[in-house]
Parts: sequence; structure tokens; C-alpha cells
Amino acid sequence: MFSWYYIEGILIQSCYTLLIVLGLSILTGYTGMFSFGHAGFVCIGAYVSILCTMAFGLPYWLSLIIAGLAAMLLGAGLGKITLNLKGDYFCIATLGVGEAIRLIFNNLQLNINVGGKDFLLDGAKGVASIPLHTTFKSALVIVIIFLTATALLMNSKHGRSMLAVREDELAAQMSGINTFRSKMLAMCMSALYAGIAGGMMAHYFGYLQPKMFLMTKSTEYTIMVIFGGMGSITGSVLGTVLLCALPELLRAVGDWRLVMYGLAVIVIMIVRPKGLMGGKELPVGRICRAIGRVFTKKKKDLPPPDGGSVGEEASV
Amino acid sequence: MGIEYFLQQLVNGICLGGMYALMSVGYSLVYSIMNFSNFAHGGVIMVGAYVGYFALTALNVPFLPAFLLCGVGSGLLAVIIERLVYSPLRKRHAPSLYFIISAMGASIFLENFVIATIDGTPRNYPPIFDNRINIGGISLGVDSLLMIVVSAVALLILMFIIQKTKVGLAIRACSYSEKASTLMGINGDLVIFIIFLMGGVLAGFAGMLYGMRFIVKPTIGQVTNKSFVAAVFGGLGSLPGAIVGSVLLGIMEIFVASFNSNLRDLFVYGLLILVLVIKPSGLMGKVVEDKA
Repeated sequence: MFSWYYIEGILIQSCYTLLIVLGLSILTGYTGMFSFGHAGFVCIGAYVSILCTMAFGLPYWLSLIIAGLAAMLLGAGLGKITLNLKGDYFCIATLGVGEAIRLIFNNLQLNINVGGKDFLLDGAKGVASIPLHTTFKSALVIVIIFLTATALLMNSKHGRSMLAVREDELAAQMSGINTFRSKMLAMCMSALYAGIAGGMMAHYFGYLQPKMFLMTKSTEYTIMVIFGGMGSITGSVLGTVLLCALPELLRAVGDWRLVMYGLAVIVIMIVRPKGLMGGKELPVGRICRAIGRVFTKKKKDLPPPDGGSVGEEASV
Repeated sequence: MGIEYFLQQLVNGICLGGMYALMSVGYSLVYSIMNFSNFAHGGVIMVGAYVGYFALTALNVPFLPAFLLCGVGSGLLAVIIERLVYSPLRKRHAPSLYFIISAMGASIFLENFVIATIDGTPRNYPPIFDNRINIGGISLGVDSLLMIVVSAVALLILMFIIQKTKVGLAIRACSYSEKASTLMGINGDLVIFIIFLMGGVLAGFAGMLYGMRFIVKPTIGQVTNKSFVAAVFGGLGSLPGAIVGSVLLGIMEIFVASFNSNLRDLFVYGLLILVLVIKPSGLMGKVVEDKA
């Protein structure tokens, strides 16, 4: 049961889920805007990337970039019209957009013929026999690149502006921060991440159906961010790995898996709304480093920069 | 497309809209006082539908007691959710987004709890009212007629409670300002208890009606989300808005479906986005003041 093939599958899934959660962490954890439609961006990314590789024969890496940009474009458009909505209404708007995207692909019939090759997109039936390009190595490299990028972004002026928006939008505005631009940047970045992750997902599973992007998926991503702790990159990593890999290994509990999931969310919101890493970022970061030293070199390099820096920010 | 066809679709639309109204008032009642979208409401409706199903099949209860049992079951569930899930957050004055996430968690819990304990397969209610009557060329199932009548009566009673009784006055006061009303001696906890109870009872009725007309399954959330869209369309937090929005949405959805049935869901969510972009406060909602 625990063959390398199986474990590798879980690791790849954790990788692209982590990418989505990282993006969502920028939007939710750092800027304080909740999205219940992120699966929609993943969906766009997935479809655009297979369109690139299957219909137009572009290389895998290029298809991922195009997928990310397409999702980003959609995010920018969506941001333009919804970012000024307050509180709940932004959530509801993202919920509507997420569902609408899925339903569009559910009804879309497309037949593209490029260079004698047929590419058929058949609504709810989805697309099959997608080339399997996503390997664990490539997924890991992509995730590490984006982890670093996220850490750098959060330490920059833009990242601090986002934090200010989350803490108090009015005060941030008074201090001369262009809050709309900060929110827009967060929105675009998180859509970009989700789009790329969608492309990775499509090329890992080898098939694609609109029902893979239900609203519950969006909720799951949001829950991972909350679970790990808002405004913490290491938290997002931990939340994703725990919530993504652990249930996979505990398949034996079957249907009760998601029951416990729901219960865990409720308990976290009551007992520890800041999430796993919420207040106590630094000690946990140190533990990560210690564990990292024991294991591989890769992990040793990775957690300290974001773990340390985020902790400082959180304590400010 | 004759006038009869048009009328037939109109009646179907009102029927669907009535059911949406029963569901959406629950969303609106909670929003009006607690300012968050209670996504666990979908789970409450679903459980109501299952209570009705098992009352009719396993317990062999006649229709009316089963119907009341649905209301009681869902009402209790809604109150329990409020006590266990929202009450601790309320005491801490948590931001409304925490409430939404908890509600999502509760909805995931309820849905999968039903899948784990019962199963995920859709079930059909035993036929109760399967005869049809003809009024002027419009064929009307007795169950559809019942749906319209029950929705109308239940909603009228609700409106009466809200507008004419002392409890209703307290609810209206709290919807203006919960803090000020508690200072004036209104028991805020009791008001919240009552709105969850009322929303839950109506959710149970709606669940049973939905089950009778269509099927019972744990993933009924697809439908309850549409009733939430109806609440937003009418204006979150406004009861008349929720009712008008639901009936309008039901009618429009049926007409879109008669044009192309694949587009009905897409139309509903498209409408949601459109409403939020043009007028987030909906048809009759109060103007949203952000307490920055």
C-alpha cells in the first residue's frame, strides 16, 4: 500500500495544494479577504494549461506560465469589480464567481483542430488522456520557487501594506497606503498561484472534470489557511501538509474523514482561531529548523528565512 | 408557446420560489441580527429532509405529523448549532468572517455526517400526493399546490410574528442595533435563540417539501446555495426582500430552464454576481454601513 508510487502521488498533491494555499494565504492570511471561489481560478488554470499542451503543443513549463497568467487576468478583472465590496459581500462574490466558472466549463463544448489534431472539450464529461508531465521533482522545484517568492513579497513594502490593510483598512488608508492597489496585488498574486497549481494538477491526474472544482474545494483551501494560521507562511505549509497528506494516509477511516475535518474547523474557530501557528510562530519555526537539520539539506535551507521573518512581523 | 404553457411555467416558478423563500428567510433572519451568512443553514435543511424521509418510511407516520416532525427536528438542530458553534464566537465578539468559516465547517460536518451514517445515495420519498388536478388547462400536482400553500401560510405566520408581536418587536430592534437593544433590556441571547428556531423550523418544512417534490441526498447544498443567492438578490437581512427575491428567482430560473435547462444554475450565479456588482444591498436590503 505504501509504495513509493503512492507516496509520490500524495507528495505531488501536497505540492500543488500548497501552491494554492500559499496564494490564498497572501489574499486571506495577509490581506484579510476571504475567498470561497478559489477553485474557480484553479479550474481556469487547469483548462488553459491543457489547452496549451494538448491543442497547441506547447511545452509544459510554458503552459503553466500561460495558465497562471490567464488566472491572474481573471483575478484582476474580478478584483476590479469586487474589491470595493465590504466584508461578507466580497466572500459571496467570490463564491458566485467560483461556481459560475465551474458551471461555464460544465456547459462548454469545444472542438479545436490545430495541425490535424483534434482537441475535444466536452462539458461535464471533461477531458481525458492528458499527458502526465507533473513529476515530484518539478512540483517541488516550483513550490520552492514560489515559497521563496512569497517570503520575499511579504518582507517587501507591498507585503507590509497588505498586513496594514488586514489590520485596519481605514488606518492604512490614512497612512498613505493605496489600499485598493494592495488588495489588487494580493488578488492577482493569489490567482496566479492558483492558475499554475491548476496546470500542475491537470497534468498530474491526466483527466479533468468540472466537478473537481466544487465549492467545497474552495472551502477546503480556505480552511487550510486558517488551520495553519493566518499570516504565516510556515503555518500554511504545515496546515497544507497536515490536512492534505494526513487524511490521504488515513483513507481507512473513509467517510468519517470529512466529518472530522468539519469538526476540526469548528473546534479551531472556538479554541484557537489564530490557527496552529497563529501567535507562536517563532518557537515552531525553531522546531522546524531542528527537524530540518535532522532530515535533508533541502528542508534545512528552506524554513528559516520565512519562519524567522514572519514571526518578527507577527509580533510587531 | 401558448399562454397555457406560459402559465404552467409561471406556476412552476412560483412553486419553486415558494420553497426558496422558506429557505432564504432563514439566511436573512440570521444575517439581519448577526451580520453573517449562515452557510450551515443548508445542512439544517438537508437534515430536515432526511427526518421527513425516515418519519414517512421507517416510522410510517402520516404526512402531517411527519411534516411537523421535520420542523421540530430542524429547529432543534439549528438551535444546537447556534449554542455549540456560534455562541462561543459571539461571546468573544469574533469578526463575522470567523462565523462564516465556522458555518462552512458545520455544513461540511453535517453533510459528511449524513454520508457516513446513512449513505450518499439519493432517495425518493414515498408517493404521498401524486394525483394532479386541472385548473383551466394548467396541470397542477397536488404536491406543488401544497408547496405553494404551505410556503404562503408559513411565511404569513412568520411575517405576523415579526410585525405584530412583542417578540417580533425585539427581533426588529435587534436588527437595527443589537447593542442598543440589549441596553434597553432586550434579551439578546433569547432573540438569537428565537431567530435560529424560526429559521430552523422553516428550513425543516422546506426540506420536506423539497424531498417530496424532488429527492433527498446529502449534497442538497447545491439547492440551498441557490436559496442563499435568492436572499442576496432580495437584499440580505430583509425578510420581505428574501421572499420577493426568492419568488422572482424561482420564476426566472424556471423560464431560463425551459429555454435551456443546462443554463439554470449558471444563470443563478450570474445573477448573483450582477447583483453584487450593481447593487450589493439587493432589491430591498438595508444600506450596508461599514464600521471601519
